[in-house]
Amino acid sequence: MSALLSTRALSKSFAGLRAVHEVDFDLEPGEIRALIGPNGAGKTTFVSMLIGRVAPTSGTIHFEGRDITRLPAHARVRLGMAYTFQITSVFARLDVAENVALAARRRLGGDRAAVARETAAVLERVGLAGHGDALAGDLSYGHQRLVELAMGLAQAPRLLILDEPTQGLAEGEIAAFRRLIRDVAAEATVLLIEHNMGVVMALADRITVLDFGEVLAEGSPAEIHGSAAVQAAYLGTGADA
Amino acid sequence: MNARILALHGGLLALLLALHFVLPVYHHGNLARVMVLACYAIGYNLLFGYTGLLSLGHAMFFAAGMYGMGMPLYHLGLGAELAFLAGIAAAGGLALVVGLLALRTVGVAFMIVTLMFSQAFYLAILLAARWTRGDEGLVLAGADRVLFGLDLTDPDIRYLLALGLFALCLSAALWLVRRPFGRVLVAIRENPERAELLGYDIFRHKLAAVVLSGMFSGAAGAAYGLMFGYVGASFAEVHFSIFPLLWVLLGGAGTVIGPFFGVLFMFYLIDISSGLTPAYMLVAGVALVLLTLFAPQGLVGEVRRRWLRWLP
Repeated sequence: MSALLSTRALSKSFAGLRAVHEVDFDLEPGEIRALIGPNGAGKTTFVSMLIGRVAPTSGTIHFEGRDITRLPAHARVRLGMAYTFQITSVFARLDVAENVALAARRRLGGDRAAVARETAAVLERVGLAGHGDALAGDLSYGHQRLVELAMGLAQAPRLLILDEPTQGLAEGEIAAFRRLIRDVAAEATVLLIEHNMGVVMALADRITVLDFGEVLAEGSPAEIHGSAAVQAAYLGTGADA
Repeated sequence: MNARILALHGGLLALLLALHFVLPVYHHGNLARVMVLACYAIGYNLLFGYTGLLSLGHAMFFAAGMYGMGMPLYHLGLGAELAFLAGIAAAGGLALVVGLLALRTVGVAFMIVTLMFSQAFYLAILLAARWTRGDEGLVLAGADRVLFGLDLTDPDIRYLLALGLFALCLSAALWLVRRPFGRVLVAIRENPERAELLGYDIFRHKLAAVVLSGMFSGAAGAAYGLMFGYVGASFAEVHFSIFPLLWVLLGGAGTVIGPFFGVLFMFYLIDISSGLTPAYMLVAGVALVLLTLFAPQGLVGEVRRRWLRWLP
């Protein structure tokens, strides 16, 4: 199997509550995969296990053929995974350029010129050129989301995990964001947790639907769109698959 | 390096050198003491101001440097140069062990654990009276206090060596905090979870910060013992852990020159107020409260916030 990332029987229970239950999941290199599901379906818990913020109760995770189940988060990031937080988590009291430079520096080391070049290029790309000197905490919410994304890009990851990146963004910002992700997908595999179905349908090559911590369905946007089971999970009609 | 940063820090050192020639004897001696203690504060600031870890036990590192220097010099007749290095090594070694254990905790627990280790260290000094001479401490003979042929009982030499050590510590701190390593420490202070998910090993960075901080503190302790000829258990007491916290808070946590001004300010605050009234600690206390109210980021921190955002 040539999957970039795969999980087998990945499970997480919190005090007996099954948040994620025996999920088998394969992500192919180069695709944009959307992970959708109702609130509380276990999406964030699932990706938190992928990046190492949450330890699984059981099951395994492989990245590029290597078992990373027990690796700490920083080691997974070093292997080429990047994660952007659902709740914006920037360095609020540092300026925007330093936020991005911190992400670039781990890869580029002490080469100041290279870090500065990479930082400027990434800020340009996400549309924050000219904001480099502002404190990240002083930016608008939408711009902080872009800083978050810029930090992801500056790491030049092979897998970029975006946890609800468009949450709270205005329509115009979402359109720009969609173009950006299309662009990023040329270099990295993207795993996207998203509620905005417009974004999901426009971007995703494949969609995985989680419900009650289990994979309910997986397929192309068209297949998922037509699936009765998915409709039921979202609309709560209780119809059989 | 940025020219204005170089000018500011170099300027401070040049000013201190110029003061050597003009200060009256009393203030000349004070300033030598302040510069050595500023090295201690710089070490403390590296951990507290830059990494965001509040230790209440740094006296153990200062004292480890002092005893690590004093005991081999006193008992084994080791030369002052090697004894000084032994002091730094002792403090670094202790910091490594304490760091490995204490860094399993964060926040208040980290404060308590460092405080407890420091108290244990203080009691160990008293208990090992056979070698440390307990409460009395070790008085170093003038003949032993000779560093590279320079006689440390001479106030002029003392001042210049204190300035040399301070210049070394200041430059090292400036270099460290501007390197990628220092930037990661700040990132850990600001948002450890985010820093971890940028691929930085938080524990190893914190441990390195504890060890470096301990070595700065130990160098200051060793130098203090050599310069003033006394190695005593009072330097391991809890108030000697609180001092660097106050100095750094007053001077400006997370600034390179702040610790120096914190020590200087507090030294003269107590010096002047004790000349005015026996209740000098009250004067000092009120001044501290006022400063905390009106310049919560400390003297240099406030200057940075208002005027000089480029201050490292």
